[in-house]
Amino acid sequence: MEYKDYYQIIGVDKDASQQDIKRAYRKLARKYHPDVSQESDAEARFKDLGEAYEVLKDPEKRNAYDRLGNNWKAGQSNFQPPPDWDTDFVFHGDSFTGGHASNQKFSDFFETLFGQSGTGFQYHTSGANQFQMRGDDSHAKIFIDLEDSYQGANRVLTLNTTVMGADGQPQLKPRNLNVKIPKGVIAGQNIRLKGQGLPGINGAQSGDLYLEIEFNPHSVYTINAADVSIEVPISPWEAALGAKINIPTPTGTIELKIPEAISSGKTVRLKQRGIPAKQPGSFYVIFKIILPEKLSDEEKNLYQQLQETNNQFNPRRQLAW
Amino acid sequence: MSDKIIKCSTGIIVEDHEYLSLVKICRYCCLPAESIITMVERGMIEPINSSVSYSLWQFPASSLIRIKTALRLQRDLEVNLAGAALALELLDEIKQLRRQLANLQARGNSN
Repeated sequence: MEYKDYYQIIGVDKDASQQDIKRAYRKLARKYHPDVSQESDAEARFKDLGEAYEVLKDPEKRNAYDRLGNNWKAGQSNFQPPPDWDTDFVFHGDSFTGGHASNQKFSDFFETLFGQSGTGFQYHTSGANQFQMRGDDSHAKIFIDLEDSYQGANRVLTLNTTVMGADGQPQLKPRNLNVKIPKGVIAGQNIRLKGQGLPGINGAQSGDLYLEIEFNPHSVYTINAADVSIEVPISPWEAALGAKINIPTPTGTIELKIPEAISSGKTVRLKQRGIPAKQPGSFYVIFKIILPEKLSDEEKNLYQQLQETNNQFNPRRQLAW
Repeated sequence: MSDKIIKCSTGIIVEDHEYLSLVKICRYCCLPAESIITMVERGMIEPINSSVSYSLWQFPASSLIRIKTALRLQRDLEVNLAGAALALELLDEIKQLRRQLANLQARGNSN
């Protein structure tokens, strides 16, 4: 069994006051709360934090833990508490029902020392008084490609789910799930998979699995809710004279007519060609004029002639300084 | 690790296709109607038909996710309802900004 350094988890010294511990815990709890944090290991850290605080906030448990810690040296991986480690200490009542991490099972280390946390999955299957409870919903975030939303897609996800072992204790078990992602989903939306959450208690209905959708960033398209845009480079003469050009869209190449005399930044909107959501988005083409990297003498001459033809044009008149 | 694929589950877009009555929301969240109404008054969740009477309210099923997040924040971080409402709003905004940033970064790399 691995020894857990609760002081290190909360980030305080061994001689920290109860007030310091409370303050440090609250700060880290805000940082690693799974609903707030972006860190991939936030859930595990938050759970550790809850466990560490459960012990350190209670002077009796903290004392007992400190005494134990004196027998442990850093780097020692296999930890067993001495058999009489908790003599002289009295723990009051069922103090493990506190709100923090109350649905979570604490570590083996914790449970060896302080017993099982009061809530969680301890229940008895005793005859007539069986109670049933719907399983909890689970949440996960998945990244999909823009094209997956245009066409719908199948994805195989690996989820760590809690299942009941033969001994009535919950165990983490990876399982693969083949998910059909519906067409037209947009970032921030959730898709629900019925019955794929945590199992219910005593044969009750399982919870549901919610998958929050995010898109992988795309090198060509920018996505804003159901709208998709693309920046299309055009030549100065295409901008001046208009043209028919081919541009990519997530559903395939389309031919687009550029109007005459179009400036950089001008946008063409193609209705209903964004993400096919319930309210379909638009596809925006934003033009950007690009010049050849090097101009020949002949080209320069021609531009010179242009300049002489229209010397009234002031592209900066809006700036008015 | 088991590599057996259990079965294909078809996802339903929660925001678009599922609506829940006030009674159902209360039942799923184990909360009294007053709590849900307070959350609506604070703008944390919104029925699609807020002008009709409470009993006819229909919520997008995604409201469940918001309510449960708010409850977790209140429980774990000891914030009150107003604090949880503020956190929800800020989290929404951060998500939106992160998306924009990811877009800009993807664009920057390709140029």
